[in-house]
Amino acid sequence: MNRQEREAAARRIMERAGPATVPPDLYAQVLRRGGRKLRRRVLARRVAGLLLLAAVVAFTVWALTARPWVEPPSRTTPPLTGW
Amino acid sequence: MRQRQVSDGRHRNREFEAFTAGAAGRLLHTATLLTAEAPHGNPRARRLLTLALADTYACWDRLRGEDPYDRARQYLATRFARAAWHQHGGALDRFRPGPATALARLTPQERLILVLRLFEGVAEEQTAALLGLPRERVHTVCDRATATLLHPTTAPAAPEAVSR
Repeated sequence: MNRQEREAAARRIMERAGPATVPPDLYAQVLRRGGRKLRRRVLARRVAGLLLLAAVVAFTVWALTARPWVEPPSRTTPPLTGW
Repeated sequence: MRQRQVSDGRHRNREFEAFTAGAAGRLLHTATLLTAEAPHGNPRARRLLTLALADTYACWDRLRGEDPYDRARQYLATRFARAAWHQHGGALDRFRPGPATALARLTPQERLILVLRLFEGVAEEQTAALLGLPRERVHTVCDRATATLLHPTTAPAAPEAVSR
């Protein structure tokens, strides 16, 4: 028995089991579960988006008030007086 | 906007219902082969099928041309692999149904690979990628499972003893 014949025989055994009958309430259950999963995903995405937005706003406000790119006034050189 | 969302939802439900009507029978057959349950007493297979279809429904809008049947089958396979792993490691040893089904003699992994390769016709490379195994391993396990399925008496009891 070569490889192809063996595979065909195994396939026949598996096909022989016959198609099982699909439960009648399957579609309703799938919709319920799938809908819940979908809603949860949408909610999670929305929360993540809001968090990102809040982080961007907070950073912008902080940057505009603190201005970290401006060189701070030197604290080591004494002020020039009477020159 | 709201109106469009509602009509999109209806459209999606119609499409999904058509898909379910077409694919559920075949997927249930696959799931029943995986769990090695009898064709008419298959609670585990039904649960697997429900979960797989629910996952497909949840990502229906993001499939973007991907085959929904492929997606459902992938979910079915990975979910079964994970469940079998937990059962194997847990206190409940391997799930052993009655001797009614031909595939009950195989280990869960052998069943999974055999069903994906021969019953579903998934290529060796894709099966290997899906299960995270080397291609040679898939090849070996598939051969061994075929042999065990066809010659139940001559097949050795310890599957690890057989190499390619």
